[in-house]
This record gives sequence, C-alpha cells and structure tokens, in this order.
Amino acid sequence: MDAAAALERLRDISSQVRTAVIFERGGKVVGSTLADEERAKGIAEEAEKLLADAEQQREPTDGGGEFAQLEVALQGGSVFVVRDGERLIAATTPPEPTVGLVFYDLKSCLRELETPAAPKKRAPAKRKPPTRAKKTDAKP
Amino acid sequence: MRSRNVLTGMLLGAGSVAGTLLFRRRLARQRERVDVYFGDGSMVSLTKPDEAEPLLRRARQILELAG
Repeated sequence: MDAAAALERLRDISSQVRTAVIFERGGKVVGSTLADEERAKGIAEEAEKLLADAEQQREPTDGGGEFAQLEVALQGGSVFVVRDGERLIAATTPPEPTVGLVFYDLKSCLRELETPAAPKKRAPAKRKPPTRAKKTDAKP
Repeated sequence: MRSRNVLTGMLLGAGSVAGTLLFRRRLARQRERVDVYFGDGSMVSLTKPDEAEPLLRRARQILELAG
C-alpha cells in the first residue's frame, strides 16, 4: 500500500486524527494529509527534533530501549509521533483524545505501508460444462 | 427541625467534596505533559515545566503548522 492510500485509510478509520505526516529519519516526507508540502516538511522537521529531544529523556541506566512513540498533550490539542523501523508518523488531534486508540491507528497506518497492495481481483473464470465421455456401444 | 439542618449540612458537605474532586480531575487532565514510550516497554512522563518545556514548544510549533 502506498502512503497516500495508507493515510486515506487512516482518515477513514480515525475521526480523531486531524493531520498526519509520514516521514523517514532525516525528515524526508513520504506522505501527508496536508495539501501544502512546505507545511508537511515543517511538521516532519519539528517532529524529528521532538524525537531527538525525547530520546534524551531516556535514563542512562536503562537498557537499549529505542524510542517507540510519544504523546504531547497541550491545551490546544495533542501531538503524536510513532515509529516503525525507519519510518515515522506525526499526527495532531483535538484536546483529550483516546490516546490508546490513536497510537493503535497510527501504528496500523505505518504497518500498512509495508504490506504490498492487494492484487486486483480477477474475473472469475468461466466454468466449462463438464464434458461427458461419449457413450460407446462397445461392450467388453 | 434540628435533624433537617444536619441533613442539609451533610448534603452541602458531600456536594462540595464531589465538586472539588471533579474540578481537580478536570484540572489534571488539562495539564500539559509529554509521555515518551520506549521499545523495551518503559515510559517517561514529563510534567515539570523545566523538563517538558522544550518538547512542549516543539509540539506547539507542530500544532501551529498543522493549522
């Protein structure tokens, strides 16, 4: 599934996600629900910096747990960043969203990107009527 | 008469306690915070202004860009 299709599906299943930008580490935008590419790029860059700041919050005594996801709750709305491998998605929601549900939808969106598009359905093959063996009068 | 006054007082007391609890819960929800989850299952919640402020600032910028 390509990014546009995955984002379209995300908008269908999640009423809470206002905007979403899929990007790769380094800030390269893969897809966005925004029409303005510059704004999408700006969001990806800010989310990348947010991610870098968040990774610094890990306790030095912790193991090698890598960043998985974050939520920033603000009075004007929430910002989510979810990671799946090298791909990330940043999304905004209205205030007080259903956090678990939003995380689940964003993760599903990233995972759908990896899955190949479903093959087109072929028209069902016409079945030929079974051919009957011709009766022969020959007897053994 | 006296029992009526006691009942009124108790109702007023219970109402104010319930109101305070609701107000505090609502206030706690409105508080700005950052929750960071790591792959090993650990989570860090930043609520102190000095810790959370740089991340909150970036998130505000994202919300502004998102429109």
